[in-house]
Amino acid sequence: MARYDRAITVFSPDGHLFQVEYALEAVRKGNAAVGVRGTDIVVLGVEKKSTAKLQDSRSVKKIVNLDNHIALACAGLKADARVLINRARIECQSHRLTVEDPVTVEYITRYIAGLQQKYTQSGGVRPFGLSTLIVGFDPYSSVPSLYQTDPSGTFSAWKANATGRNSNSIREFLEKNYKETSGQETIKLAIRALLEVSFIGYF
Amino acid sequence: MECVFGLVGNDFAVVAADTSAVHSILVHKSNEDKIMILDSHKLIAASGESGDRVQFTEYIQKNVALYQFRNGIPLTTAAAANFTRGELATALRKVEDQMILESCKSSSGVPLVLSHYNPYFVNILLAGYDKETGPSLFYIDYIATLHKVDKGAFGYGSYFSLAMMDRHYHSGMTVEEAIDLVDKCIMEIRSRLVVAPPNFVIKIVDKDGAREYAWRESVKDAGVPSA
Repeated sequence: MARYDRAITVFSPDGHLFQVEYALEAVRKGNAAVGVRGTDIVVLGVEKKSTAKLQDSRSVKKIVNLDNHIALACAGLKADARVLINRARIECQSHRLTVEDPVTVEYITRYIAGLQQKYTQSGGVRPFGLSTLIVGFDPYSSVPSLYQTDPSGTFSAWKANATGRNSNSIREFLEKNYKETSGQETIKLAIRALLEVSFIGYF
Repeated sequence: MECVFGLVGNDFAVVAADTSAVHSILVHKSNEDKIMILDSHKLIAASGESGDRVQFTEYIQKNVALYQFRNGIPLTTAAAANFTRGELATALRKVEDQMILESCKSSSGVPLVLSHYNPYFVNILLAGYDKETGPSLFYIDYIATLHKVDKGAFGYGSYFSLAMMDRHYHSGMTVEEAIDLVDKCIMEIRSRLVVAPPNFVIKIVDKDGAREYAWRESVKDAGVPSA
């Protein structure tokens, strides 16, 4: 087994790409991030681990804007995230320049997932160690969207999802408690989902 | 015959531009907006080759937006002006290679490349308002001259508008005084320039942001004739 996890471009005999699976492990170690879609709102929440005393926590941005109408949260290797986010921001402006229209949420998700996939099929590189949750409204639309990408480059739309540490427990909670909500109710649902795994007030 | 001019007031900057889009002897349209809102507190008034004008200012606008997303803070007016000048300067001397078609390849099969410069023929007045430093106006011409000015103008109209502004401008003008001066310049251009553009647009930028102020139309586009 060990022979098949060195290069990303090598399949194992039972059809695994071990580097991609190891990247998913890196995601599982990252901070929890949750996304919940309502009828007129979409909410992103991230777990804020207690930071070092001397660190200026304001400089640690876990939810970022890709454009005026699109936001992204991720779990995994934060340095890889910076690279991906930068490329996505450039693509958002480039799209506006060439077609004079902002990107749709699906377009930019497809772009980011495409980038992540490229790095699973090239020599001498490793995959990005992060999964992203991308939210926003399509231009001229009041329909909210929530998408998720992962290191393998797959993406899909979700009503609610979580990634990072304890994402399975959060997803279980969401599956049990999700219903179509709007406004503050959706925000409350996202917070309650995070509280399942974040021990606030414990110490 | 394109006319663009602007000036700085006490806590605002105002720019005016003609709105004619001309090709040789034909007027394509007389309501072409040549003053682009670069971001919430910046205006870019451009005159020159119409293709270059739109392509170049949109390129600057998208790069200014990208900076804001990357850094969480907008560019200052001076920074945007220097970036714009830098792009114009680069285009002046950076060689652009164009691959020649298959049919024109040399006999040895080596691909032919045509190298040329690709300057932008656009003159720009960049007006902006920064919270820390107040209003400012930058004069940027097509060969990448950059000057920070209180009043500036481009085109044949500049002979008249600059003269009017030299006579009537003083620092710290109110909006009413400034618009009055802009109107004086437009009057002068209309009466003294041989092929004077009929319509103008005026835009203003202050602490509340960049916005359209008014149009000055002496010729409206002909409506649908009644049957």
